[in-house]
Amino acid sequence: MSANQDDANLLEVRGLTKTFGTLTACDHVDLSVANGEIHALLGENGAGKSTLVKMLFGTLEPNSGEIFWNGRAVTITNPGFAKKLGIGMVFQHFSLFEALTAAENIALSLDDGSPISTIAAKARALSYSYGLPLDPQSLVGDLSVGERQRIEIIRCLLQTPQLIILDEPTSVLTPQEADKLFETLERLRSEGKSILYISHRLEEVKRICDRATVLRHGKVVGHCNPRKETAASLARMMVGNDVEAVVRAPAQGIETAQPLLEIRALSRKPATPFSIPLRNINLTVRAGEVIGIAGVAGNGQGEFFESVSGEVPQQDAASVRIRGKDAGGLSITGRRLMGAAFVPEERLGHGAAPRMKLSENLLLSRHATDGKVFVGAGGMVKSDAIYAAAQRIIKAMDVRKSAPDPEAAALSGGNLQKFIVGRELDRRPSVMVVNQPTWGVDAGAAAHIRQTLIELARSGSAVLVISQDLDELFEISDAIAVMHNGELSKPLPIVEATFEKIGLLMGGAEPGHAEHALETS
Amino acid sequence: MDITVNILLTIATAATPLLIAAIGELVVERSGVLNLGVEGMMIMGAVGGFGAGYLTGSPWIGLLAAIALGAVFSLLFAVMTLSLATNQVATGLSLTLLGLGLSGMMGTSFVGQPGARLPNLDIPGLTAIPVIGRLLFGQDPIFYISIALTVAVMWFLFKTRTGLTLRSIGDSHTSAHALGIKVIRYRYLAVIFGGACAGLAGGHLSLVYTPQWVENMTAGRGWIALALVVFASWRPWRVLAGAYIFGAVWIGQLHAQAFGIPVPSQLLSSLPYLATIVVLVLISRNKRLTMMNTPASLGQPFVPDR
Amino acid sequence: MMRLELVKRPQRSMLFSALSPFIAFVLTIIAGAILFALLGVNPVKAFQIYFLEPVSQVWQLHELAIKAAPLILIGVGLSVCYRANIWNIGAEGQFILGGIVGSSIPVLFPQFEGPLVLPLMLLFGMVGGAAYAAIPALLKARFNTNEILTSLMLVYVAQLFLDWLVRGPWRDPKGFNFPQTIQFNDSAILPELMPASGRANWGFVFALVAAVLVWILMSRMLKGFEVRVLGSSPRAGRFAGFGINRMVFFAFMLSGALAGLAGISEVSGAIGQLQPVISPGYGFAAIIVAFLGRLNPLGIVAAGLVLALTYLGGEAVQSALGISDKVARVFQGMLLFFVLGCDTLIHYRIRLIGLATPTLEAAPKLEEAR
Repeated sequence: MSANQDDANLLEVRGLTKTFGTLTACDHVDLSVANGEIHALLGENGAGKSTLVKMLFGTLEPNSGEIFWNGRAVTITNPGFAKKLGIGMVFQHFSLFEALTAAENIALSLDDGSPISTIAAKARALSYSYGLPLDPQSLVGDLSVGERQRIEIIRCLLQTPQLIILDEPTSVLTPQEADKLFETLERLRSEGKSILYISHRLEEVKRICDRATVLRHGKVVGHCNPRKETAASLARMMVGNDVEAVVRAPAQGIETAQPLLEIRALSRKPATPFSIPLRNINLTVRAGEVIGIAGVAGNGQGEFFESVSGEVPQQDAASVRIRGKDAGGLSITGRRLMGAAFVPEERLGHGAAPRMKLSENLLLSRHATDGKVFVGAGGMVKSDAIYAAAQRIIKAMDVRKSAPDPEAAALSGGNLQKFIVGRELDRRPSVMVVNQPTWGVDAGAAAHIRQTLIELARSGSAVLVISQDLDELFEISDAIAVMHNGELSKPLPIVEATFEKIGLLMGGAEPGHAEHALETS
Repeated sequence: MDITVNILLTIATAATPLLIAAIGELVVERSGVLNLGVEGMMIMGAVGGFGAGYLTGSPWIGLLAAIALGAVFSLLFAVMTLSLATNQVATGLSLTLLGLGLSGMMGTSFVGQPGARLPNLDIPGLTAIPVIGRLLFGQDPIFYISIALTVAVMWFLFKTRTGLTLRSIGDSHTSAHALGIKVIRYRYLAVIFGGACAGLAGGHLSLVYTPQWVENMTAGRGWIALALVVFASWRPWRVLAGAYIFGAVWIGQLHAQAFGIPVPSQLLSSLPYLATIVVLVLISRNKRLTMMNTPASLGQPFVPDR
Repeated sequence: MMRLELVKRPQRSMLFSALSPFIAFVLTIIAGAILFALLGVNPVKAFQIYFLEPVSQVWQLHELAIKAAPLILIGVGLSVCYRANIWNIGAEGQFILGGIVGSSIPVLFPQFEGPLVLPLMLLFGMVGGAAYAAIPALLKARFNTNEILTSLMLVYVAQLFLDWLVRGPWRDPKGFNFPQTIQFNDSAILPELMPASGRANWGFVFALVAAVLVWILMSRMLKGFEVRVLGSSPRAGRFAGFGINRMVFFAFMLSGALAGLAGISEVSGAIGQLQPVISPGYGFAAIIVAFLGRLNPLGIVAAGLVLALTYLGGEAVQSALGISDKVARVFQGMLLFFVLGCDTLIHYRIRLIGLATPTLEAAPKLEEAR
């Protein structure tokens, strides 16, 4: 490798390694980003992408390896230094302060000490010039996820960086918003800036990136020009082998099947300062079908899940009906006893207690439904029975683990999710409600979970899946409804649904307007 | 007229230690740290202030000693909760228990001794003005410090960039860390500031309020200061108002006892504590409002990944 | 500048889970030695008087049991609260109310005698403690009020209430104006276990039974599982269908009942009448006991004995060396500090940054070899 080549690169990373305990998150990673290119960093969940960029931004300290900036060796000890070099970052989990205004948020990452009003004016001007309008006085807690990302991007651009790192930016955007973002990125490239674009979405990488570096299990497994690859070849590089495609036979005779989950005029006032109210939601899920609910994060999906599951019961008993009976006034335990099962979005701390063993986590959702099996006389827990049942689920779902009965926190995201889904499937529920079934899960586990959900439906259960991942919903749903600002659209049968239609609904278009907008465009 | 002035002056004297301790704790909690050791730091300030004043004969040295002891004592809490990420509630409690024990031991020889008292302000001409003269120009020096402190903290928190940074840490320490803000360093400084304030408040008790050393002389004032911060929804000017309301309750029950109102003196003595409970209930009833005002990372341990 | 850095362990260290209280104890001894030296006392001699002399004779072991009984009873109850992440720090007040309500029988009905008296008193004591603890529970569940502050404020109120009772309505009319109630009749006195060798009473047995029962509750029963889930991850608890408000009442009233039982046992056993002060801060020392026992009821039995020893040791050094018996509370405070600090080692390794050697592993190498 000659010195000249080095000079051409804005950023050059050699042998960067980071370990957490026994886990090697990044293993001798090499990466180079040239001036004026959009460089993709591709990899599955858990491949080490976020760890790598955190080292580039100075929030994590590498164990070994070198970083060159404009050919000069640098040690990036903190984000302040990274910013001084000219590295800007748009985080996947935004680093914003909900109780502060947009302008205050921006001011906190600028070190120039100019008054907030000046910063607000600059931010407003810049945001309009890039077509990402922003009100600097608004409180971040009141903003949508897309608007929050704008703050992150504007905050990053105000530092006039040479290299902008974006970590999974489109995961919180509608397809239309993503298009808008791509325009912005292309404009930045034309201004000579470099972009390191982290994603696991192959189509968009093929569309906007000039080069790609692929990570798998912390190691670089290849560099390529994504435009010359197919989605399938990129996926193979990422995953290491072919992922089995999910098989979905069309549902039969759904129209006449029994409705197992009915939601009638469900409304809910916001519970916390920054949460979304639910507005008159109606939905029917029949035996044998999978209904998907799409939507950008933070549009009421969490509140909807809480209401349907009974974590927060309703005033109106008829607003949620399970297997033909009113369930709105029942607690989550009461609804489970009627045959419903639930998988929440957060695994650690919601679906599972992190510091408890898998067998104890089994008890979490099944102490009442399987009370006789797991709990003996006088409220004594039958530890043998829960251990045996946990092992059965581990086997059925192929949960990989390091000890016979480890703590939930010791499992990888994918394996824990398989256990949590398996815990509910083990009951053969007639109604299954899942929020973000494969969020942060590796491709193999995701495919497995999706397949089991389809099979559960085809065996006669009603399955409701809430997801931000449109690809996933198109893969498994028989119909897709969209949640926006606490309202739910009518479900579109899968044969009629397209990314454009669903995307417009996600952006807030009324069901009728979606057709219209497409026709006129 | 004179009686009114006297009552107002005693209310101010009773309110001042509450105000100072609560303002200090407010800054600590705005940074996201819950230090339940206020009572302990305060009593250390009280014993240190009295001791230094008694041994040197100078109440001013006593004042400095009170501040220093409160700050040093809070450092213990800071090392535990910030560097060792211990549970803040348990650590704060243990700071209080340790402070009560340590001060009792340190103060054994001070019991019953006459202490030094900080002199009241006396500006020729001004202090002699009827009514307002003594209220504005004739109080003890710590009273003026307490008011200046309140104004300064208001200005610091809401008008300076450093104050904004401190508030941002209280809102989300993970976001602050991701932006490169030195979370732990800010919190250390906030905790020590809170300790110095609590020490000063304790010093006021043993150098102004009752210039002597009595074991457990803080009598729950540290806890009331903690309640004041909640009551004030983490806003300095409301702490000021709350401290004076509580000062009035405190003085009111003392006067009622002195007037021989036919109510058990114990009931009157328990009024400040009962009032604290009532006030807390009133302010916390609205869950949504409470969530809005509470620093979001309050009490959460923070261990940065490196 | 030197600073500490914590490195998260992949799994909790069993070694340090077991060792941490002992390390804390050793550190307390070291700090105590420095303290004694500063006071101009030979530390070795002081420790001999502090830790050995109070337990060198059989009757003294009885005294130890008398002091340990309330600490264990209260500590066991508090451990349930703290496991549920509910912060009852008003056990001192619940102890006092237990003493008052339980004493109402012998004070108001001095003629009432027989085998029913004592069980009724104990029951009243538990009800009194539980009812008093229900106040902060109600305020938390109903009005979202911080239980730390309310439960603590109620301690002051309880102390003043007791003071009023023994100086006012319940004062012994023949007691020469001393602030105390009548001496309880014989059937209202908690019997001694082995009167031949010392004063220890049934309170100690209650403490041991309570510890075993709560241990079964916490480790074997669904209710204990509920406590642990709600305490460690409340959202997972809500997902499981466990009600947080019910738990607030359960934890507060259980610990209140045990504190109340401790209170009435103390009054009817060790004291024999109500006085303005019936506790040398047992309710607060029990917080230390709960943590020193790692919130495990069986560990709390051991921790209660250790704390009881610090009380006796304090009295011993006061009479032998003329040091204030407040030294006991200093020891207790330091012990809690060191326990909390050492617990960090269970979940983290500690690195010292900025020394000549950049990395210093606080954890022994055998940890890594596993």
